[in-house]
Amino acid sequence: MIEIVVNGRRRDVDPGLTLESLLAALELPPGRVAVERNRRVVPHGSFATEPVEPGDCFEVVTLVGGG
Amino acid sequence: MKSEKLTIAGRSLGSRLIVGTGKYPSFEIMRQAHEASGSEAVTVAVRRVNLSDRSKESLLDYIDPKRFMLLPNTAGCYTADDAVRTARLGREAGLSSFVKLEVIGDEKTLFPDNEGLLEATRILVKEGFVVMPYTNDDVVMAKKLRDAGAAAVMPLGAPIGSGLGIRNLVNLTLILEAITDIPVIVDAGVGTASDAAVAMEMGCDGVLMNTAIAGARDPVRMARAMRLAVEAGRLAFEAGRIPRKLYATASSPLEGTPFIP
Repeated sequence: MIEIVVNGRRRDVDPGLTLESLLAALELPPGRVAVERNRRVVPHGSFATEPVEPGDCFEVVTLVGGG
Repeated sequence: MKSEKLTIAGRSLGSRLIVGTGKYPSFEIMRQAHEASGSEAVTVAVRRVNLSDRSKESLLDYIDPKRFMLLPNTAGCYTADDAVRTARLGREAGLSSFVKLEVIGDEKTLFPDNEGLLEATRILVKEGFVVMPYTNDDVVMAKKLRDAGAAAVMPLGAPIGSGLGIRNLVNLTLILEAITDIPVIVDAGVGTASDAAVAMEMGCDGVLMNTAIAGARDPVRMARAMRLAVEAGRLAFEAGRIPRKLYATASSPLEGTPFIP
């Protein structure tokens, strides 16, 4: 297992994941979220190739009600 | 005279009313209120997904993307850096380069942090965003934001969610006089229909509101009231009001008044 941070919380995940498989493991629909990896936004088109590496810091967000 | 429609960075909207998506009693009531408002643009917030409870319905199931332009905001950001990162995430999530830029400077008033707002505006304009900053009702700041490339300026009428209406008519008038090349949209402070009408009668290009509709006892009815108020205020502005006079001027002819000897 490797340790990463998702939305401010540490989490152990399998090594060798891509961002796409990470989102699938988290049961998140990729079309509805936006992801920042280590302070850089990952375009939706790159989810399948974006690696998940030890120490990575992810912000996974979605759109909610606001003014 | 500005164009008939509210146009922001070349994008024309069929309504001068922009509405929020927060604080409604339910998504279904929000959907009905949006419909009643006649608006074609809605603000949304960018927040972390809930990793422990994914069962919640999505806001986006209740917003028709063909009908409404999404306007992601950077609410809750207290630094330019946070606002810039949030705007980038919002662009990726909402597939829109429009951003309602907020950099907040104070928790109690939610007034903007001018320095952070200007810095974030410059960065985001350079990155190709259509930046619509929520700003103080300060003409100097409005000019700085315009010069930094903002696509609109959005001065507050009163603190966010306060419902106090347009508290400083003079400041707003000064902004309207100085900013004629990009839209001026009152953002925050509207409490009821007459507040929106006042802003529009003064010559504002649009009004943005959330709580006034979402927090009303009947949000759908209030949304319709706001639609009518914004339309009425705009019409009155275009029609040109009469000058204010201290004394009466008779509306009926004096000549031929009966019983005069």
